Amino acid sequence: MTKKIKNLNLNFGPQHPAAHGVLRLILELDGEVVEKADPHIGLLHRGTEKLIENKTYMQAVPYFDRLDYVAPMNQEHAFALAVEKILKIDVPIRAQYIRVIFCEIGRILSHILNVTTQALDVGALTPSLWGFEERETLMTFYERASGSRLHANYFRAGGVHQDLPKGLEEDIAKFCETFPKIINDLETLLTDNRIFKQRNVDIGVVTKEDALDYSFSGVMIRGSGVPWDLRKSQPYDCYESLDFKIPVGKNGDCYDRYLCRIEEMKESVSIIKQCLAKMEKGPIKSLDGKISPPPKAEIKQSMEALIHHFKLFTEGYRVPKDEIYTAVEAPKGEFGVYLISDGSSKPYKCKIRAPGFSHLQSMDYLIKGHMLADVPAVLGSLDIVFGEVDR
Amino acid sequence: MKSLEDLEKKINSELTTKINNTEIKHNQIYIETDKEDIIDVAIFLKTNQDTKFRQLIDITVVDYPEQNQRFEVVYLFLGHEFNQRLIVKYSIAENEVIPSLTSIFPSANWMEREVFDMYGVSFKDHPDLRRILTDYGFEGHPLRKDFPLTGHSEVRYSEDQKKVISEPVKLEQNYRNFDYESPWEGTKYIKEEIENNDKKN
Repeated sequence: MTKKIKNLNLNFGPQHPAAHGVLRLILELDGEVVEKADPHIGLLHRGTEKLIENKTYMQAVPYFDRLDYVAPMNQEHAFALAVEKILKIDVPIRAQYIRVIFCEIGRILSHILNVTTQALDVGALTPSLWGFEERETLMTFYERASGSRLHANYFRAGGVHQDLPKGLEEDIAKFCETFPKIINDLETLLTDNRIFKQRNVDIGVVTKEDALDYSFSGVMIRGSGVPWDLRKSQPYDCYESLDFKIPVGKNGDCYDRYLCRIEEMKESVSIIKQCLAKMEKGPIKSLDGKISPPPKAEIKQSMEALIHHFKLFTEGYRVPKDEIYTAVEAPKGEFGVYLISDGSSKPYKCKIRAPGFSHLQSMDYLIKGHMLADVPAVLGSLDIVFGEVDR
Repeated sequence: MKSLEDLEKKINSELTTKINNTEIKHNQIYIETDKEDIIDVAIFLKTNQDTKFRQLIDITVVDYPEQNQRFEVVYLFLGHEFNQRLIVKYSIAENEVIPSLTSIFPSANWMEREVFDMYGVSFKDHPDLRRILTDYGFEGHPLRKDFPLTGHSEVRYSEDQKKVISEPVKLEQNYRNFDYESPWEGTKYIKEEIENNDKKN
């Protein structure tokens, strides 16, 4: 007697706690082995690129916070750099340090979230409780600088919106002293943990060649042994003057990527410390009145400042006709902005290159032949945030 | 190739007829080619020992509705070894079908699906050309310049029919696009006049 065996189709998400947002993953299962994975994305599509085409350059910045919402300022950075390069304006050195500090804070924010939720997905609850306490501290730094915990809207073409409030630098320095201990605590829970290793070692292995072919970037490519980090290879702002190392993995599995993230957090702390030590008082945005709005006090006194203020917040500044692709090393990988300006005060086109998009499309390749229980582990180590995948 | 200038020369000499124009700008090379040659150009860029653009970063399209060749297709490449970025472009008319790069770069798969979804450009030999970002059953191509910002239809849960229904967009107030651009170009004409006077004298 012959039995007909049919593969089972399973909907993983869109409401699944380990789908990290609104991912609908259609899995074809043979028993417990995954034969095929077909991610359906777009459930969080908001048409960011279309909206940006209809807004002035300054109004476009908040849309970047809403892409990868666990590290908002890193995205703003890419857009600010693109506009600055077209306008050919210089950023004051203090603004560069402030931007780098907050980008590294964003990196820590993102990596804590990723490492701890990945641990949560494979069965460890404690790391997320410990880690989220630190995220809260970091988000208060965001709040003190920009006025909001998540959607900062802080970077501008030519610098940052306002200077750091009194005492913030000292508090960030204090955090840098206490945080390495928390990383060590997290490591004692996870790095040598038998269950964590069983769930992650040799799972979702990516070879060097495939990492390149699938357009991987960030930790996904470094975990596979390619020493590539845009902060080193194509430095922007003041990264050139800072001393930091790039952790590189060996086996390209989920566990190596976890180790890379842990090491990167330590490097980020060291970068923040260096920035705080080197930072001096000075201007925090471009002094060009045609691009940076004047201080409030000046508007009451000076006619010219009033005109600048009015023109900047109605028409916005005009950007000459040009096109450019700029990329930054966001916590998740290469985040890029392909900007086409047409001489008006609104971008003609703004294509956003999100790292998560290319990472998620390799899901089928990564998960084929693995067990169903490995899906959350692989998904966790891809570090997917749907704000940026769906845009 | 170490420098961008050498690379530009190399590309021009190897791909002579396939390249229409090259330019170095913002520390990147911009190359213009034709629809028919894109496969050859991509293979050359990926495999040649002196170029080694191993990664396709993104594919996108720019819409110029007033032009005959309405869409400009843009490919962004990155070479790790020589740390260089390269941009390849070509223009196509509205209903043209363009070749797919999925056989050379597997990552082109979703990027081309996104272009198809957002601009309605079709790809030949693409293994799985479906919509990707928009809703199931969506109509139109949102990133085309003639697609309205508010869209055509909206969805809501209907209490009567007990399901989610789609209906034409109803707005209390239309989306208002204020034209703030001032025709005033500053005092440039005065400067020009002074310059002209200086020249005359």
